[in-house]
Amino acid sequence: MSDTTRTESPADEPDVDAATGQVVSFELAQHHKWYRRPDVVIPVVLVFLGLTLLAVADTPSARFGSEFTPSGDVSFSWSYFFHLVPQMLQGLFVTARATVLGFLIAASLGLVLALLRRSESRWVSYPAVALIEFVRSTPILVQMFFAQVLVRATPAVSLNALVILFIVVGIHYATYASEAYRAGINSVPKGQWEAATALNLDPLTKWTRIIIPQAVPNVLPTLGNYLVAAFKDVPIGDAVLSTGGVLFMASTIRNVDFRPVEPYLLIGVGFLLVSLPAAWLVRRLEERIAYERD
Amino acid sequence: MNATDNHKDVSPKGAASVRMRGVDKAFGSLTVLQELNLDVEPGERVVIIGPSGSGKTTILRVTMTLERIDSGTIQIGGQHLYHEETSSGQLKDASEKHIRGVRSNIGMVFQHFNLFPHMSAIENIMLAPVKVHGKSQRDAQQIGMELLDKVGLIEHANHTPGQLSGGQKQRVAIARALATQPSVMLFDEVTSALDPELVGDVLNVLRDIAEEGKTTMMLVTHEMGFAREIADRVLMFDAGRMIEDGAPNDLLNNPQHERTKSFLGAVAEH
Repeated sequence: MSDTTRTESPADEPDVDAATGQVVSFELAQHHKWYRRPDVVIPVVLVFLGLTLLAVADTPSARFGSEFTPSGDVSFSWSYFFHLVPQMLQGLFVTARATVLGFLIAASLGLVLALLRRSESRWVSYPAVALIEFVRSTPILVQMFFAQVLVRATPAVSLNALVILFIVVGIHYATYASEAYRAGINSVPKGQWEAATALNLDPLTKWTRIIIPQAVPNVLPTLGNYLVAAFKDVPIGDAVLSTGGVLFMASTIRNVDFRPVEPYLLIGVGFLLVSLPAAWLVRRLEERIAYERD
Repeated sequence: MNATDNHKDVSPKGAASVRMRGVDKAFGSLTVLQELNLDVEPGERVVIIGPSGSGKTTILRVTMTLERIDSGTIQIGGQHLYHEETSSGQLKDASEKHIRGVRSNIGMVFQHFNLFPHMSAIENIMLAPVKVHGKSQRDAQQIGMELLDKVGLIEHANHTPGQLSGGQKQRVAIARALATQPSVMLFDEVTSALDPELVGDVLNVLRDIAEEGKTTMMLVTHEMGFAREIADRVLMFDAGRMIEDGAPNDLLNNPQHERTKSFLGAVAEH
C-alpha cells in the first residue's frame, strides 16, 4: 500500500511525530474487509478451487464395465455396493462439473440481470423482468427438453449434451440469483446511496465501491443455497439429455447388471456426502459474513 | 463567483452563494416547499429552524440533489443547479453531467452519518478525492490524515465505523465531506442522533469550520444555543414556508411571528 521509507508502524496505529504532531508514517489497514478475512475467504476459495478442478479436468469415460455377472440373485450386497463406488464417482464428477460451470454462468449472469432489471429505461428493464419471471415460472425439466429440441432444430448450432445442460442450469439459476442480488442491493440502506450522491461519486464508483461490496455479502449465503439446489437439479439432465452424470451411471449399471438398488442408493449417499457439508459451509458463511453497520 | 466559472475546476473555490427562486417541492399530495425564495451569501452561516414537517430538511436535500425540485430554480455560486442556459438565454432542464458539475461545489453531513461501513475512517475520507478529484492515493491519504487530525480522530484512521462512537462517526463524516473542499456545506441535524455528551465534540468541529470561513454553511439544528452562537442568520420555517428571517439575537430573543414564539417556547422547555 503506502511505500513509506521509514520503519513501519507496528499495529494499525499511525506513527505521529511527538514534536510536530505530524503523521510520520501510516499503513492502511486492509484486514476488516470481508473479502480479505481469511476465515471467510479460505473456505470460499477452497470450495471454488475444488469445483474448478472438477470443471477443467479431463472427462472420464462414461463406460461401465462390471466384474459381476448376472446370477439371478438381486438381493442387496455390500460387496457389490462398494464395487460400484469408482464408477459412480465418475458420474459424480460429471454432475459436479455441470453444476460448477452452470453456477459460474448463474452467478455472473444473475448480477447482470439484476442490474438490467434496475435500469431506468423500460426498454432494458421490462425484457429483463419478462425473462426472469418466465424462466422462474417454468420447470427446469421442461426447459431442458426445450433446449434440446431447440439445439436439434438449429443445424447451425451443435452443442454436446453437457454444454446444453450447464447452459440451461446456468440460465435457470441466473434468474433466481438475480432476485437474490436484487434483494441484496435493496438491503443497502438508502443513506449509503445518498452519501454516494453527496460525495458526487460517478455511477461506476458508486456501484463497485459502495453498493456491490455491501450487497454481495448479504447475497453469498443465498447463492450458496442455490449452488446446492443446482447440484441436485443437474441429474435431471442425465434423464433428459443423457449426460454421463450419476443418474446416467446408475441407469447404465441397472441395464447391464439388472441390479438397481445399489447404484440408486449410492446416488443418495453421494448427494448426502456432498450436500450436507455444503449446507454447513453456507451456514457458517452466513454467520461469519454479517458485519456491523453504522 | 459568476456564471462563467468553470465548474469542472475542483481546486478550492472558496465560499459560494445559494440562491433559490420560487422553489416548489411536493411528495404526492403533501406540499413540503412552497414558492421558496432564499438568498445565502458566500461565507454566510444560516441556521434553519422549524417544527418537523416544516420542510427544513427538504431545503438541504433539494440543494444536495437528493430530491429533485418540482419547479423554480436553485443557483450555487451563480450557476444553475437544475437548469442550463441555452445560447438564446433560455433555461432548459440540466443534463446529469451539468448537475454533477455544479454538485461538486456542495457537501453534506447527514443526521445518521451514512459512513461506508466496509471502509475504515481514512478510506471513507479518501474515496472522493481519489475517485472524483483524481488525486493520487498518497495525496488523498495526506489530505485524509490532516482532516482526521483536524477533527481529533487521527488515532482512529484505520478503524471502521462499527468501531467508532456516534460522535466519532459524525466527525469522520464531516471530515469526509470537507475532503471534497465544498463551497457550500449542508448540515442536516448532525447532532440529533448523538448521545448528549458527544454533541460537544461535533459542535466544536463545526465551530472550527465556521471560523475558517472558507465555506457557506446551511445548518438544520435543534441546538438553539449553538444556532445563536454560530449563525449569521436564522430562518424559521413552518409548513413549507419561510415565516421569519433575522439575526439570531433578534429572531431567537424577540420573535415576531406567533408560530415562531410557540416553537421556541416548546424547544426551550427541554
